[in-house]
Amino acid sequence: MIDSAQTNELIASSDDAHGLSDHEHHDFRVFGLLTFLFSESLMFGGFFATFLVLRGAAAQWPPEETEVELLLPAINTIILVSSSFVIHLGDDAIKKNDVKGMRLWYAVTALMGVVFLGGQLYEYLTLGYGLQTNLFANCFYLTTGFHGLHVLVGVFLILGVLWRSRREGHYSDTQHVGIEMAEIYWHFVDIIWIILFTLIYILALL
Amino acid sequence: MAQAQIPIQSMPPMPPEMPKAWKWYDYFTFNIDHKVIGIQYLVTAFVFYLIGGLMALVMRAELSTPDPDVLDPELYNALLTNHGTIMIFMWIVPAAIGGFGNYLVPLMIGARDMAFPRLNALAFWMVPPAALLLIGSFFFGGAQSGWTAYPPLSEITANTAQSMWILAIVLVGTSSILGAVNFVVTIMKMRVPSMSWDEIPLFCWAMFATSLLALFSTPVLAAGLVLLFFDINFGTAFFKPEEGGDVVLYQHLFWFYSHPAVYLMILPIFGIMSEVIPVHARKPIFGYKAIAYSSMAICFVGLFVWVHHMFTSGTPGWMRLFFTISTLIVAVPTGVKIFSWVATLWGGKIRYTSAMLFAIGLLAMFVFGGLSGVTLGTSSFDIHVHDTYYVVAHFHYVLFGGSVFGIYAGIYHWFPKITGRMYNEPLGIVHFVMTFIGTNLTFLPMHSLGLHGMPRRVAMYDPQFQTLNQLCTFGAFLLGASILPFFINMVWSWINGPEATSNPWNGLTLEWTTDSPPIVENWETLPTVTSGPYEYGMGKTLPYLGINGAEVAEESATS
Ligand SMILES: [Cu+2]
Repeated sequence: MIDSAQTNELIASSDDAHGLSDHEHHDFRVFGLLTFLFSESLMFGGFFATFLVLRGAAAQWPPEETEVELLLPAINTIILVSSSFVIHLGDDAIKKNDVKGMRLWYAVTALMGVVFLGGQLYEYLTLGYGLQTNLFANCFYLTTGFHGLHVLVGVFLILGVLWRSRREGHYSDTQHVGIEMAEIYWHFVDIIWIILFTLIYILALL
Repeated sequence: MAQAQIPIQSMPPMPPEMPKAWKWYDYFTFNIDHKVIGIQYLVTAFVFYLIGGLMALVMRAELSTPDPDVLDPELYNALLTNHGTIMIFMWIVPAAIGGFGNYLVPLMIGARDMAFPRLNALAFWMVPPAALLLIGSFFFGGAQSGWTAYPPLSEITANTAQSMWILAIVLVGTSSILGAVNFVVTIMKMRVPSMSWDEIPLFCWAMFATSLLALFSTPVLAAGLVLLFFDINFGTAFFKPEEGGDVVLYQHLFWFYSHPAVYLMILPIFGIMSEVIPVHARKPIFGYKAIAYSSMAICFVGLFVWVHHMFTSGTPGWMRLFFTISTLIVAVPTGVKIFSWVATLWGGKIRYTSAMLFAIGLLAMFVFGGLSGVTLGTSSFDIHVHDTYYVVAHFHYVLFGGSVFGIYAGIYHWFPKITGRMYNEPLGIVHFVMTFIGTNLTFLPMHSLGLHGMPRRVAMYDPQFQTLNQLCTFGAFLLGASILPFFINMVWSWINGPEATSNPWNGLTLEWTTDSPPIVENWETLPTVTSGPYEYGMGKTLPYLGINGAEVAEESATS
């Protein structure tokens, strides 16, 4: 049975659908994003499964001439994981109607994301092997590259939030779905990285 | 949203930019109305059904003689690849999910549109470019490795065309994920408040299960295809055994999607069946909950059966055992549905409309295809008939006798609602008879061909198979001809058919409470659910909510 509070919400949203049929449903966007990210995580799942199957069949993984570096990715991991906390500060700020604070924390997050990408690029350039070198390199570049693409999208989402927030009153303590969605996406990218880091770098130590 | 906090009873005036009805050219634009998008999907898919069907006829012409005398064998390979791809990704999936799903789900749950109308339009507009990529690939020889695109074949033949093929599939895959997100959110959140979970029409349950399955499986296929794309174009070796890669890995990634894909193609059809049968049998559906939950069960078990396509890929014994058992288990919830429909028909006052004829035909064909599916799911038998015409026979019974029959049933059933016109019943019956005979003439002999060892995907074959092949070819051309009465009926009736009332079949689901065709945004005042959707034969009629939301006495409906 539907309780009455929920009923009101449903009535409200169907009215909303009538008056504003030209717009997406703000109330459902977070739910929609979560559904999409669930699906997206399974694409990473496909890549991770591939990685593990190929690793299981290989005599040595990673092979001798394609070892991975550890220090730089570890620093990168710290940056990305802490950026997840920073972006949450931004979310806290907007809940207190502090748009300036939100802008600050989101800008810092975007910056950390860019630093992460820069670190990734530096790693690619200094590793001494490329995509085609061997099977491990195939997996390495494909998974980290695909993840990096997601980080880039996340940075653009945050920049989008910053761009929109320049207009006064666009976001407030009661109206900030876009901010929330950017944060959720950023956490998603972060979680994927932790799995990826474990698979590629930590497992290489074993 | 300040407005969203307060329940408002009276409607705000129509925004000026939303017209009362759409003009013909609106159907060729980026339109966000779910009904327009539904029709866009259906019509686009039908065009590709014709294209894919023509490919099949050319192949059947080739196979009327044992020698490869009509076509160049490589073109034959390209045709068989693209016939399968188009029929699956450009016809059945977009028609069943995109077409009926988008058109009917909001109408059935009392919503004005899908949760994300723009996303919905975006998802549709990914299909035409994908289709152009597939058609365009023929200028580069056409992909030749079958719709399964197994490496190494897919990596060593027609590289450009194969890459275009991959891009096309990734595009439609993305489209179907976006569509699935929309369906899940819409069905969970957008129901009219008076509708509880056990009053949701079974078609919507089916769409819900379908969407969950699409969300689970499609991204894995995308992953596999991206790897294949890298192997072909960027020199990686994921699926190249000579460099340590693994071809069987591709098969796992592919079938993890493509087995559930058969449910993407049949679950919405099961939903259509559960709507059409009770309406025309004038009886409550037998086992509402059993049908609803069996969709969810199929969705869950269906994720763990994919290796039954790979019994001959060096699969270890324990896998054969496990996946044989899981495959046989998945037949159980399917059987539950079949028995429920038969029980619904039992003792009903059946109206033999074209929709009902196709539904009953589907029941017969699908049971046949389901039984051959059970035999194929048993590894000990499958190993003998793998990649023979027996497999071709099986999946055409399921996909043509099942999915396509169901799409026809759905088109006839909702034609009055969609177009506001009645179709011509005798012509519909002619269409059914031709299709039914054609299907069996084309695909029944293939069982025998396969059991006698004729391999699939070949342009030439041993002369001993010629007679049966000619029978198949004859049946195929009969099937091709069966499109004519259908096409004439649809076009002529859409223009000149007698006007349809809002509820010509006396249905009890919510789409019948609004005009035929429904107004933009579906209702002036949202309908209220007062009874379950299938309480037929109990003297229930549906209030018709006229233009101003007042209940209007319906002109006595044909019964
Ligand atoms: Cu299967």
